Amino acid sequence: MKLRNSIRQGHFDSMDFGPYLLLATLEGAVQAAVLALTALGLSLVFGVMRVVNVAHGEFFMLGAVLAWWISSLLTGTPLFGFLAALIFAPLIVGGLAAVADRLILKRLKYDPEATIVATIGLLYIIQQGALTLYGPDARPVAAPFDFRVSFPWFGYSGYKISVILTCMVMLLGVWALLTRTRIGLIMRATQYDRETAQAFGIPVARVYTGVFAFGAMLAAVAAVLIVPTQQAYYLMGLDPLLLSFIVVIIGGLGSLKGTVLAAVVIGLSDGIITIFFDPTLAKILSTILVAMILVFRPTGLFGTATR
Amino acid sequence: MTTLLQTRNLSKNFGGLAAVQSVDFDLQQGEIRAIIGPNGAGKSTLVGLISGRIAPSAGTIAFQGQSITKLPAHARVARGIAYTFQITSIFANLTCRENILLPAQRAAVAASGLFGRVDEAALITRADEILARVGLGDQADTKAKEMAYGHQRLLEVGMGLALHAKLLILDEPTQGLSDSEIANFIDLIRTVSKETTILLIEHNMTVVMDLAQRITVMNFGQVLAEGTPEEIRANPAVQTAYLGG
Amino acid sequence: MSGIFNKALMVHLGLIVVLLALHFILPAYHHVSLARIMVLAVYALGFNLLFGYTGLLSLGHALFFAAGLYGAGLSMQFFQWTAGPGFVFGLFCAIAVATLIGMLALRTVGVSFMIVTMMFAQVGYLLILYYNEYTRGDEGFVILRELRVLGPLDLSAEDIRYLVALALLAAAILIKLALVRSPTGRILIAIRENEERTRMLGYDPFRYKLMAMVISGAFAGAAGAAYGILFGYVGASFASIQYSILPLLYVLMGGAGVVLGPLLGTIAMFYLIDIASGMTSAYLFFVGLALVFLILVAPKGLLGTVRERWAPWLP
Repeated sequence: MKLRNSIRQGHFDSMDFGPYLLLATLEGAVQAAVLALTALGLSLVFGVMRVVNVAHGEFFMLGAVLAWWISSLLTGTPLFGFLAALIFAPLIVGGLAAVADRLILKRLKYDPEATIVATIGLLYIIQQGALTLYGPDARPVAAPFDFRVSFPWFGYSGYKISVILTCMVMLLGVWALLTRTRIGLIMRATQYDRETAQAFGIPVARVYTGVFAFGAMLAAVAAVLIVPTQQAYYLMGLDPLLLSFIVVIIGGLGSLKGTVLAAVVIGLSDGIITIFFDPTLAKILSTILVAMILVFRPTGLFGTATR
Repeated sequence: MTTLLQTRNLSKNFGGLAAVQSVDFDLQQGEIRAIIGPNGAGKSTLVGLISGRIAPSAGTIAFQGQSITKLPAHARVARGIAYTFQITSIFANLTCRENILLPAQRAAVAASGLFGRVDEAALITRADEILARVGLGDQADTKAKEMAYGHQRLLEVGMGLALHAKLLILDEPTQGLSDSEIANFIDLIRTVSKETTILLIEHNMTVVMDLAQRITVMNFGQVLAEGTPEEIRANPAVQTAYLGG
Repeated sequence: MSGIFNKALMVHLGLIVVLLALHFILPAYHHVSLARIMVLAVYALGFNLLFGYTGLLSLGHALFFAAGLYGAGLSMQFFQWTAGPGFVFGLFCAIAVATLIGMLALRTVGVSFMIVTMMFAQVGYLLILYYNEYTRGDEGFVILRELRVLGPLDLSAEDIRYLVALALLAAAILIKLALVRSPTGRILIAIRENEERTRMLGYDPFRYKLMAMVISGAFAGAAGAAYGILFGYVGASFASIQYSILPLLYVLMGGAGVVLGPLLGTIAMFYLIDIASGMTSAYLFFVGLALVFLILVAPKGLLGTVRERWAPWLP
């Protein structure tokens, strides 16, 4: 959106189409990387627990707000405050999510429709709690470092590029966790058949709490990473929620590979489309598209039917 | 005698497994027919295909001389094919009477349209008659989920009767019934069969031999033999495959 | 049997009489509030038909409310129509939108249905923002006072407004009562309880679910159109997700699957929000708390519990 305004205002008059596209692609890549991490959390929770967590965006918002709070508590270099935020904000968010799971979702026996209603309630509780404690203002968080990568046509934030790289490392880490470790095996067993997993001695209740907390932590990490380029605001959870829904649906409900692939497609195309189209129109079209996919191809574009 | 139901080359594959293979099945109006066969022989799949709960992979089904192959299940019920579930499927939170009213009102609702008037009092009288007939007359206001299992089975049969169907398909109706309940059930089906053709999947051989006028034996998704109870008893192939060969 | 039916009818008629009596005794502030509540209750009554009776949870009902609101508001604005034709046009818009969305969304079930309805509603909301040239977007517009008349009645006058809202609510209650006690209502409940069995009794579930969706959308549209006409303001916030959640909240509070549940729930939630917003700007916190509390502790709501314990005859 910022980019589009810049173009309108003629800042890039001297630039050709190619550089526009490169800049848009970079912006899109940042968005895609953060979106992939956020949506992965939603997808994991849905995949393993069959819970649609409507409060997922609020965990994202909490991550950003906590990042502001933690970094404002600590004096010293921005790097120090940021690293502290990157560690502690997700831990706090994960803890809250675990409590929510135990107090609410578990008691609803993870009934899909009841948990949606409950997580809508949770959305309002977290969001309005943030409004009360943090206030209605948007506040900036300093980036941990500040250097610009020079391209022949423009300079680009080195921090944003490091966000892309960090997200890729984290995605690889989550993938390795799910496919290469015992924890991943336990999660997949629970996802495949809850009763059998229970019979084989897997502590399903603890797995569920852990997955719900982990999903929330992924959203919080994504938020901490992106907040230095935006601002922390109590209403910032809605957009990541809707985008994550879109990504998870297009990628196939519960399919991790599809989720990451879809995040890249959506993030990149969103960055590029908003140069050429009105952002509201772009949102309208993508929302209709996604609704139609759910109606006519419920397994998503990349997903296969679950058992 | 006229043919009520006719299938030709009827087949259903689940993945690579042929659950029903090229079945030609004819049912005469007014008869009581039993389908027997070992577990997995394709009996339930066959009646699923006939009732429209399962779409066929190939073949045709005709009812009263008209093709119903492409009709959805609810439209087949409207034509007069009633199906009662093998696994008891009743409206657990509704009363016994409401369970019967739902099928009993079908014809009236279809005739009067979505907002038309229906004679509620006459419907209730009919529902109570049916309840009395299946032996649940004293439980009309009991919630279905609070009834004993055997009574739920009888309610399921009652729902089939209330549809006033031309063909009543009963999928293992006596499963879980006591001996005295089975005796009552046999009497009930005898009286019902005066108005309705009956297709019965049944494991209890006493019931089959007692009730059925003809028996169809299935094995590996195909029709192995067909005939009167005496013929089936005497059939060596059936004895080998099923009756304890 | 007919004795029991009459008992239920008497309770509903009695309630309408009580609301009429309140017109003469309520202090001004609560008089205005109750007029709003009655219109919103019509919205919730429609939501309950779909959620409480048919078992379909839509998270996009604001779309139908907004279709009625904008259908009435825009047609009055641009064609200088008065309230009568405006209301009818708004109702027509809501029915058309509900039919279209129903045909699409009812191909899905369960969680997918919830998400699809939410997304279509989001599209509606964004369309209102996108065409802000006509709709004035978030800011909204005011329906001219001289158009808010029905024959000789000035609908912006407080007395008349209350009585018109009551008439609408009374009509909604009686229509819904007749519907849920009819054979058709019995089929809707059957679909909620066991869709596959209902199909095997010869009913086409899609057809009945679509019918429930359209009637429910019509209730929402009637409420939206009436809200715009009676209170004179049309704005995009009425199409937002929050307005899709509110009827769910009203219905959960009052009791899903009870005719009068939504009315009671609307009264309770309206005053809860009213009091909370007097104390804090974060009043939606209490909306969240109420949702979680209700789904955890009292999923049957106020009247659902009453019916279970004391009054099984309540329709």
